[in-house]
Amino acid sequence: MSSELFFSTIGDLRARLDSRDLSAVELMGVMIARTKAVEPLVGAFNSFDERDALAQAAASDARRATGATPGALEGIPVGLKDVIAVNGQPLTASSKMLANFVSPYDATVTTRLKGAGAVLWGRLNCDEFAMGSSTENSAFHPTGNPWDVTRVPGGSSGGSSAALAAGEAIATLGSDTGGSIRQPAALCGVVGLKPTYGLVSRYGLIAYASSLDQIGPFTRTVEDAAIVLGVIAGHDELDSTSWKAAIPDYRAELQRKQGPWTLGIPKEYFAEGLDPEIGAAVAAAIAFYESQGCRIKEISLPHTQYCLDTYYIIATAEASSNLARYDGVRYGHRSQQAKDVVDLYFKSRAEGFGAEVKRRIILGTYVLSSGYYDAFYLRAQKVRTLIRQDFTNAFQEVDALITPTSPIPAFKMGAKSDPLAMYLCDIYTIGVNLAGLPAISVPCGFTRGNLPMGLQLIGPPLQEANLLAIAQAYERAYPWSQRHPLL
Amino acid sequence: MNYEAVIGLEVHVQIRTHSKVFTRVAAGYGHEPNTLTDPVVLGLPGALPMMNKAALDAVIKAGLLLSCKIAPVCKWDRKNYFYPDSPKNYQISQYDQPICLGGSVEIELPGAARNIMGEHKKIPLTRIHLEEDVGKLSHGITESLVDYNRAGTPLMEIVSDPAMHTAEEAYAYLSSLRSTMIYGGISDCDMEKGQLRCDANISIRPVGQTALGTKVELKNLNSISFVRDGIAHEIKRQTGVLERGGVIVQETRDYDGTTGTSQSLRSKEDAHDYRYFPDPDLLPVRVDAAWQARIQAECPELPFDKQRRFMERYQLPYTLASVLVGDRGLADYFEEAAQISGKPQGVGNWVVNDLLRELGSANLPLKHAKVRPADLAALVQMLEAGTILSHAAKEIFSEMFATGDQPEAIADRRGLKVASTASDELEQWCREAIATNPRALAEFKGGKESAINAFKGPVMKAAKGKANPKLVDEVLRKLLIAS
Repeated sequence: MSSELFFSTIGDLRARLDSRDLSAVELMGVMIARTKAVEPLVGAFNSFDERDALAQAAASDARRATGATPGALEGIPVGLKDVIAVNGQPLTASSKMLANFVSPYDATVTTRLKGAGAVLWGRLNCDEFAMGSSTENSAFHPTGNPWDVTRVPGGSSGGSSAALAAGEAIATLGSDTGGSIRQPAALCGVVGLKPTYGLVSRYGLIAYASSLDQIGPFTRTVEDAAIVLGVIAGHDELDSTSWKAAIPDYRAELQRKQGPWTLGIPKEYFAEGLDPEIGAAVAAAIAFYESQGCRIKEISLPHTQYCLDTYYIIATAEASSNLARYDGVRYGHRSQQAKDVVDLYFKSRAEGFGAEVKRRIILGTYVLSSGYYDAFYLRAQKVRTLIRQDFTNAFQEVDALITPTSPIPAFKMGAKSDPLAMYLCDIYTIGVNLAGLPAISVPCGFTRGNLPMGLQLIGPPLQEANLLAIAQAYERAYPWSQRHPLL
Repeated sequence: MNYEAVIGLEVHVQIRTHSKVFTRVAAGYGHEPNTLTDPVVLGLPGALPMMNKAALDAVIKAGLLLSCKIAPVCKWDRKNYFYPDSPKNYQISQYDQPICLGGSVEIELPGAARNIMGEHKKIPLTRIHLEEDVGKLSHGITESLVDYNRAGTPLMEIVSDPAMHTAEEAYAYLSSLRSTMIYGGISDCDMEKGQLRCDANISIRPVGQTALGTKVELKNLNSISFVRDGIAHEIKRQTGVLERGGVIVQETRDYDGTTGTSQSLRSKEDAHDYRYFPDPDLLPVRVDAAWQARIQAECPELPFDKQRRFMERYQLPYTLASVLVGDRGLADYFEEAAQISGKPQGVGNWVVNDLLRELGSANLPLKHAKVRPADLAALVQMLEAGTILSHAAKEIFSEMFATGDQPEAIADRRGLKVASTASDELEQWCREAIATNPRALAEFKGGKESAINAFKGPVMKAAKGKANPKLVDEVLRKLLIAS
């Protein structure tokens, strides 16, 4: 247990800030010192702007001094994955392509965080264009897992999970296209929430796969996740795919929603390839719920075996089109060797993109090509409907599904050089994106090697409040996130 | 051998909306380069499109005006290709489910003479879809510049069936389409500003053959007359190729209207694979019956329907009717004045001959005309009632046009009204006229009614043109019968 300020929760810090026991500037000073101390080991940030953060903190203190009701995140340092636009700050997607790009506008989530008083702190590393499961695809540098810096923090939002686990931020945002919030949360021992598709605006999020991408929070506790979600969720008229749903007070709902619940165990998620220690930890969590009076039901998601293939067709098809804009004409990396416009495209993109991004662009271009569209893209869309239907059927019987988040704990950097082996990291998380569902990863213990493990809870669309309550019931009994890495 | 041409047109029409089709930035022409932009227009990382409902309304209106079937769902697709004028390197468009299907454009071919109405035909349409316009490139010697002001302007693509056979038909099609779009307030269709752009697909085949020949796409038909000339040129070129025993190559050709020549841009082998797929950023939009009904209520009468109605209801000759319906504002102006005056033919003549001439020489648009329809109606009524004479009416009209005053007031002020009761003077002039023309008097007495006209000239001359012709007729008749 650590009582260090930089390992505090939003709830605790809000109380101290509101009582003037602590100022936002003091808090930010602590975060800066901590970040500078551990960054050489962790490498969670692509960049940070101390002066800007301190100025934001001072502005927050000034707002609090007026006596106005403080915003939900007033004075709280929140880090953003480097795919979310902040006006005047770098926006690189951890790619050479955008290494020198500064965003001239705010993402909608950025506007909302600012509106809630958050102090935006740093640009967090990730796999290039959010493509990967280890953050090793960053064009700049890898990020170390704070529990063992020779291991990966997961990905693609590895900078967001590592910064939080290492005490360099109080909360962070990531984006999740096939597990990119939940898997790094599991590997770093923090809470990671992927909201229902469309609950949080994507405006200002660098698109990887538009029909799958969703922004969500990394926090130390389920309650903190509820607080951040309450700030960033809600309809945005700049995003046509955003839900026009009423947003509940998630934090208040946590008090109201009590079990027992009916929880489903999808048998396909406990097959070969699951690390036995993780399997045992999840089984223990299931036993806990059962002991609390929950009904546990084995269910089937029969199309699970097609999730990976379906995902890699749809995601890459969308990516091939989404990433076409990075051509060196208007902004971003521009080759100095080009002879004409076609050459400019070839060379700028050849120089600006890394291997995994190129692999996915080529794959996506192929599946959309004339003569292949029906066999790949169209068929994948049909299978996607079946996968979604599997979940819909399951939720006729259960309130939520319990699964492992990742089949394996944090692995050594460089251990998965085969792309297919890397893709298997997302085997339990990808179906959720294809179905557009909310899911949360909560810490569920440590391996014998002291690596965190994660439990995934999946809910029906827009049932975040219930999902958070189910997660919190476990967290109260097993507060694993109170353990912190020694750095 | 005799050949028949088969022509289909692809017409792009910019929709006149305040803002662009997928963002709030203003749409416009003639601004400083790259000032009508924002993250969405420039395709910045993270920017997302949001549909402008006014643009969809306009396409639905175009579809209803052209009797198309409106799709129940408006769905968006991405057309992927790399070109510097396309900020995202894909264009948001509609691929397999265009918003409008079928329909037709009514055309009028030239008549045997200017005052004879030519044949009317309906040219069937394939589809109309909505998409975003691209930016504009300008090429220097060592560099090329891009202006994204035009990028994201809502653009309709109107595709005809390959159903036209002459350059004249294509010309008539484009003219009719253009005036329909202007009538509907959908676009100003200014070709110089690129608000209407036309590509033509042309093939020829021996007369009697049903299979289509190899088509050539002709681009850069930048004015309506270039469309006619370019197509005529292409038909001649293809006929020449076949007559020399050659074969037509499927290709895209660029027509240069100033030199009247064309050259090959690219052949079929260079055709793109656009990798169309549904745009995941834009949800499909349901267009229900109520939505259609709302747009239907805003649809104006079509130009040719109006022409038919003017000819039937107001008994206007074709030449007047066709000029009047050439401009919706002019037609409305005419109809208002015609209804007030009850003298549609007189009003029609005044509008077409006098009002248009004055507007032309003053270089004014109709909306700035000082003569109101009600005033023109009053003028025509005064003239037809004989209160003023035609040369006086012309004088009054010129002053109405210059000042906006009412005709009654002008006539009074300038003493241009003819007397309404016979004066002693008039009776005296009539007596003199009869006395000096005994031959006409004898003819009249002998039963030749029209002999009365022989006296009128001298009377009018004596009255210096200010006599009321009705009164002159009355007085003469009375005196002739009495003598």
